[in-house]
Amino acid sequence: MKRIFATLRIAARALRRNLMRTTLTMLGIIIGVGAVIGAVSLTNGAKSQIEAQIASMGQNVILVFSGSFSRGGVRSGWGGAGTLTIEDADAIRREIMGVTVISPESRTRAQIAAGNQNWNTQILGESPDYFDIRQWPIVSGSSFTEQDVRSANKVAVIGKTIADELFPGEDPIGQIVRVKNVPFIIVGMLSAKGLSVQGQDQDDLMVIPYTSAMKRVQRVTTLNSIMVQAAKPTLLAPAQQQIIELLRQRHRITPGKDDDFTVRNQQEIAEMATAQSKTMTVLLGAVAMVSLVVGGIGIMNIMLVSVTERTREIGIRMAIGARGGDILLQFLTEAVTLSVIGGLLGIAMGIGVSKLLSAQYAWPTLIPTQWVVYSFLFSAAVGISFGFYPARKASRLDPIDALRYE
Amino acid sequence: MAAVIHLEAIQKIYRTGGGLDVHAVRGVSAEVQAGEFVAIMGSSGSGKSTLMNIVGCLDRASGGRYLLDGLDVSGLNRDQLADIRNEKIGFIFQGFNLLSRTSALENVELPMLYLHRSLSHHEQRERAMGALATVNLAERAHHHPNQLSGGQQQRVAIARALVNRPALLLADEPTGNLDSQTSIEIMGVFQKLNDQGITIVMVTHELDIARFTKRNLIMRDGLIVSDVAVAERLNAETELRRLRDAHQAVQLS
Repeated sequence: MKRIFATLRIAARALRRNLMRTTLTMLGIIIGVGAVIGAVSLTNGAKSQIEAQIASMGQNVILVFSGSFSRGGVRSGWGGAGTLTIEDADAIRREIMGVTVISPESRTRAQIAAGNQNWNTQILGESPDYFDIRQWPIVSGSSFTEQDVRSANKVAVIGKTIADELFPGEDPIGQIVRVKNVPFIIVGMLSAKGLSVQGQDQDDLMVIPYTSAMKRVQRVTTLNSIMVQAAKPTLLAPAQQQIIELLRQRHRITPGKDDDFTVRNQQEIAEMATAQSKTMTVLLGAVAMVSLVVGGIGIMNIMLVSVTERTREIGIRMAIGARGGDILLQFLTEAVTLSVIGGLLGIAMGIGVSKLLSAQYAWPTLIPTQWVVYSFLFSAAVGISFGFYPARKASRLDPIDALRYE
Repeated sequence: MAAVIHLEAIQKIYRTGGGLDVHAVRGVSAEVQAGEFVAIMGSSGSGKSTLMNIVGCLDRASGGRYLLDGLDVSGLNRDQLADIRNEKIGFIFQGFNLLSRTSALENVELPMLYLHRSLSHHEQRERAMGALATVNLAERAHHHPNQLSGGQQQRVAIARALVNRPALLLADEPTGNLDSQTSIEIMGVFQKLNDQGITIVMVTHELDIARFTKRNLIMRDGLIVSDVAVAERLNAETELRRLRDAHQAVQLS
């Protein structure tokens, strides 16, 4: 134990002796580790925000999209072809066990106007359950009702952005907004959610009863999708299966034919969304690891120089009884001290940079604890592996030759 | 009692690239008993330094047998030789070979760092200070080598050689880099240590320095050609006094 301290002291002194050189060598490791921590905390932050966004879709949600259609070789996306009907939605609500709430959806983009202002926004046709499923509180006014849905009333709940754009400085509740010249009365306003990870304004929307959306805005008879919420996580998979069976039956799809709809649960959507950020993490991590290896080569280089410079010292130590192993340990300790201090500084730099980014540019960052540990261990490993060759070279010197070295 | 050094037909052959072998030492047999003070002399190329390296366990003989303190070291490996150098031998060099930018005290402590039986920090300090006191340098313990004169540096090196309490002190041209007065001072230190019972073997090519020892071996072409006891041994203290008087006389005249 005491010998380890003595070796550490010798290493520290040797490193202090060439402070400039030590710092420059360390810089390779500092930048490498800093890059790892910075990169991973950025992608981690993005990932956690995507996850939060998906969680904000609501708990245990299943989405049923109508199928895509193809016309002249051009295929629309999910929800393009009108294969889902209000009756399908009712059947799901009635027959699937464990389904608590459901919101048939009819979505479109449209130009809306109020007074002399106009704005292009997303119009969501939903049931009143939509606000429950998405756990999205209404901050002023109230939701529309089941009665509004049945009567296809011209009522709307708007997002914060619409209130700001169309009614600056006014209370939007009770005001009239025209969608394709159909006047809707604003009955409620949603709480603000801000920007999504992709930079979309989540408050730029208007929610109206799905029946109104179908009849008065889009003039269609089919739904784009149906949002279904299961009561418990364990009911998610069976409910998904039952929905598929029910809809195949209702749409008279014979076995062997493809579904004309798509069912996705929240888990699957989350996986799709985070797959991209995982690739990013791996890529950035690989680049950062490469820079760490380059830093390691820097350590090896400087240790080789150090061994040559200190050949005489090695000879003296051997002459007074240092074993090869003692010399090996001494130089290895020096290399590891170099890389470990570099690693610690790099961790501090990585954390500092990611904090700065999130403070300055509001980028979401999340310091990954396990990556801090990994990169620390990795930098120590870099010190050992790249310090070993120079240290072994030192330990194998012949004492007489080393003493004669000028 | 066994001899401290027992050499039997020691040979050292250097193989050079062209298939030409250089016989640096060609079968030296000799014994050094405990308490002796021996000077090995000879011109350069006589093999005295090679022999010294073998005796100091820095190098291995190509042939023959070498018993150090009764232990056959001919067949030991690198690590075992390192341990012998650490515990049984104190080596003093012509060029002092102190670690620069390291205080005298730490230089003296260095051999204890490689000691198998590890000593407490306090004990190390005490032993190092003791060794420095033996060479009258206790008050310079915290000076660095570049703040010390050549003689003082060599005394630090002697303290370092003594600190692990070796059976044998080896010195390779210890006065080679020193002026004559400092050389005599160093020989005074050696005589004092020898009086305390420490065996000393040194290599020198200066005849008057060899006269401070008790026995002179002369080597030529890798062989010992003469082995004589010193008849009129010089005493370092007397010589120093005489030198000082002479110096004074020069100044007075």
